Amino acid sequence: MSEVRIAVYVCHCGTNIADKVDVAGVREFARRLPGVEVARDYQYMCADPGQELLRSDIRERGINRVVVASCSPRMHEATFRQVLESAGLNGYLFEMANIREHCSWVTEESELATHKARALVAAAVKRVRFHAPLEERYVEVNQKALVVGGGIAGIEAALKIARAGKKVWLVERGPSIGGKMAGLDKTFPTLDCSACILTPKMVEAAQHPKITLLSYSEVEGVDGYVGNFQVTVRRKARYVREEDCTGCGTCYQKCPKKVPSEFDGGLSHRKAIYVPFPQAVPNVPVIDRSNCIRFQTGRCGACEKFCPRDAVDFEQEDEFLTLEVGAVIVATGYETFQPQEAPQWGWGRYENVLTARQLERLVNASGPTGGKVLLRRDGEFTDEVPKSVAVLHCIGSRDENYYPYCSRLCCMASLKLAHLIREKTGAQVYSFYIDIRSAGKGYEEFYTRVQAEGIQFIRGKGAEVLERDGQLYVHAEDTLLGAYREVPVDMVVLSTAVTPAPGAERVAQIFGIQRGQDGFFLESHPKLEPLKTATEGIYIVGCCQGPKDIPDSVAQGAGGAAEVLSLLTAGRVQISPVVAEIDAEACSGCKVCVPLCPYSAIKYDEERGACGVNEALCKGCGTCVASCPSGALSCRHFTDEQIYAQIEEVSSL
Amino acid sequence: MPERTGKLKFALYWAAGCGGCEVALLDTDERLLELAELADIVFWPIAVDAKREHVEAMGEGDIDVAFINGAVRNSEQEEMCRLLREKSGTVVAFGSCACFGGIPGLANFFSRREILDWVYSASPSTANPDGIRPLPQHQVREGRLTLPEFYRQVYKLNDIIQVDYYLPGCPPPPNLVLEAVTAIAEGKLPPPGSTLAPDTTVCEECERVKEEKRVRAFKRPHEIVPDPDRCLLELGMVCCGPATRAGCGARCLSANMPCRGCFGPTSRVLDHGARIAGAIATLVDSQDEEEIRDILEGIPDPSGTFYRFGLPASLLGGNRRKLREGVS
Repeated sequence: MSEVRIAVYVCHCGTNIADKVDVAGVREFARRLPGVEVARDYQYMCADPGQELLRSDIRERGINRVVVASCSPRMHEATFRQVLESAGLNGYLFEMANIREHCSWVTEESELATHKARALVAAAVKRVRFHAPLEERYVEVNQKALVVGGGIAGIEAALKIARAGKKVWLVERGPSIGGKMAGLDKTFPTLDCSACILTPKMVEAAQHPKITLLSYSEVEGVDGYVGNFQVTVRRKARYVREEDCTGCGTCYQKCPKKVPSEFDGGLSHRKAIYVPFPQAVPNVPVIDRSNCIRFQTGRCGACEKFCPRDAVDFEQEDEFLTLEVGAVIVATGYETFQPQEAPQWGWGRYENVLTARQLERLVNASGPTGGKVLLRRDGEFTDEVPKSVAVLHCIGSRDENYYPYCSRLCCMASLKLAHLIREKTGAQVYSFYIDIRSAGKGYEEFYTRVQAEGIQFIRGKGAEVLERDGQLYVHAEDTLLGAYREVPVDMVVLSTAVTPAPGAERVAQIFGIQRGQDGFFLESHPKLEPLKTATEGIYIVGCCQGPKDIPDSVAQGAGGAAEVLSLLTAGRVQISPVVAEIDAEACSGCKVCVPLCPYSAIKYDEERGACGVNEALCKGCGTCVASCPSGALSCRHFTDEQIYAQIEEVSSL
Repeated sequence: MPERTGKLKFALYWAAGCGGCEVALLDTDERLLELAELADIVFWPIAVDAKREHVEAMGEGDIDVAFINGAVRNSEQEEMCRLLREKSGTVVAFGSCACFGGIPGLANFFSRREILDWVYSASPSTANPDGIRPLPQHQVREGRLTLPEFYRQVYKLNDIIQVDYYLPGCPPPPNLVLEAVTAIAEGKLPPPGSTLAPDTTVCEECERVKEEKRVRAFKRPHEIVPDPDRCLLELGMVCCGPATRAGCGARCLSANMPCRGCFGPTSRVLDHGARIAGAIATLVDSQDEEEIRDILEGIPDPSGTFYRFGLPASLLGGNRRKLREGVS
């Protein structure tokens, strides 16, 4: 190793650091550290003149190691690495000491902040001595993309990518795309018809020459890495040949078996062979095997007999496809809280207690009542309209017993339903709320409008719904009156929480996505990288990441498409050289590391009797390195030598 | 003193150890005679009638190789080690105690005072009604009697003197002993500081089939009769093999017993115990904190298990008090 010549720069970060840390003192301290050739302090190291300091010192003073004491490496490590590169020095001969987040921002004590800043700088100086130059690597990017989930976010993403001329596969678990939005009647705050704005997009997605729609299909596994994923998709047997079916509907008219409709929240029936809703895309029925008489008893087969195109095929089997794609967008959506888990609100016990999603079907012209809000009796709809309806906000949300978070869209959805009920029935509508959260363009205005329509707002969470002598009562503490209230109503609507979709855990596992405490998928940075995940080339959009309304989901879908397109268009992708490596000679093949790798980057090689790391898959997380009992594994840029040097120094001051 | 010949001169010394290393030399069976052909043994308290003053009378480098087994616990051992270092061209740390502190090194979990209290008062088998304690010196009519000083902690050999080669094992197996001696005789020793054993792990020498490991419950040797063909870790036995240097031929494993780690770590590992603990902890097949704790409870005395042979050589070695307070 040639002589180590280190330059140390202490950043003021305006007053962010300089207010607490004695930057001049730290600079003077650094100047005396072994190997340090230059020590400076400067207002903003990340700004152009700050960067120029680095460049000129590297060029003119023969600096070959750089330490910048400033903010978090997450913020500016990449910036400074590029500065080094532009001055002809390898970017990895650089170390950052975070004296902002770790010092000035976390204490009021100037002296302590300065002391710790000195320790961190000393540790960085000691560490950087052991840094080795590392070469960035590049891999080609496959020009096709996969979108998983055919709700509005996924459709938007697929369309945007396809319109840019890139091939897209759109995989949807259910028989039709459209997602939750397809089940809505009107959308807030504009009250335009959900289906009217959604169906054109659904049709375009199905017909776009660059999009292959794989409905009734699920992703079973993902191999590969950013730019080069191999995705296995199971095409579940529909028992109807898509290419032959014209969608005439004869089969489900003839099918004798009635099953509660999932799409209508159990308020109507579908058949065992069915399309979930009239505007389904593709308009191809699917046989629900567990309810089909032919499958259960061997008799019937009416659909097959009557199909004019001979499209019904009871022998169909699941098929597996392997797709090669460069990037993946996961848009697997959400579910709503199942109120049978919480009997206090009476759902499932009292037939006129409905969820908001059920009510969406009632007010919808294509719903089970043709758009009328009607009461039910003995399992059937009557002609009677409710005279009073309670809408209960926050059912399952903002509730420590269920989901602590705010579901974000239900305040507005509840206001919309309150408005629609009032409009359609003239009923007295009570809205039981904790707070009204109407942050969004035109949302507060919509709230004001609904207030003016005579909806009764009761600030208090609906605690319980009981029935006495055929009358429903909502119990709540009115926190504005400071009084306990019992409000008799004919119908109750529960605005249930937005929850992670069933199977989210498996999806996360397949794609290497982390999940937050609440079970939603975790973005790689909550502010600056809302669509990226821990696995490069895998993006999340829409409600799988957390509750969102339609405009936000659409924006995210488009954003996800932008991420994919920037990756695809670049044509090649840089992979960090900070990866684990195995000294195959030293590896005894104990396989402790293999199941630990969160990215499945380690494979055992029978022939060599040793494990190997796939560098393209490895993220350099170090889990395997820490677990390797023989010390055969190490992580570049985080070697024992480097880490011990750092620890030793930071703990010696 | 034997007459000076063209043969090599060896010295052997037994410090804080059990004596197993001495026996290990005898384990070389008839090949011991070849050893005798090769070298004269000028000092070996257990077998040769040469005294300390004989060694003192030698010149620097008169001894070609000194094999020192055992850790260093008292002043006599330290003096002898320093003396042998002075007179020897090459010093070999022989066995796990000399290399890493070994079993005696486990005493570093306790203070000197606690050890003396236990041995001279508290232990159930102690009868010491007068509370007599050993003293470093005592004046009697005939003069002053002295005992070696019992140190505050156990040291590995290279804490005391410079060591040229390390021959690990509890005790070192005969083949490695003979290989080492042959290498010395033929002048084919690796660079000083080397360990005279392969730099891979016991797994390399273990014939058992290794699959991916997921452990739901840890088992002690008396609790199961292990399948002789399957990796013991996969069966839930705490086997230190993956973290332990090879060279023993996986002898314990072929006797259906898990590796206890006597060869210490490979050259790439700084802290043997931490490595084993880290590796073993990753095998636990649970995501539930309570359950993980329950499963790990199945390893009694983890610090004693993972640092069985290497406490004085560990990062914790010098901080035994802090360590113990942290653990208990």
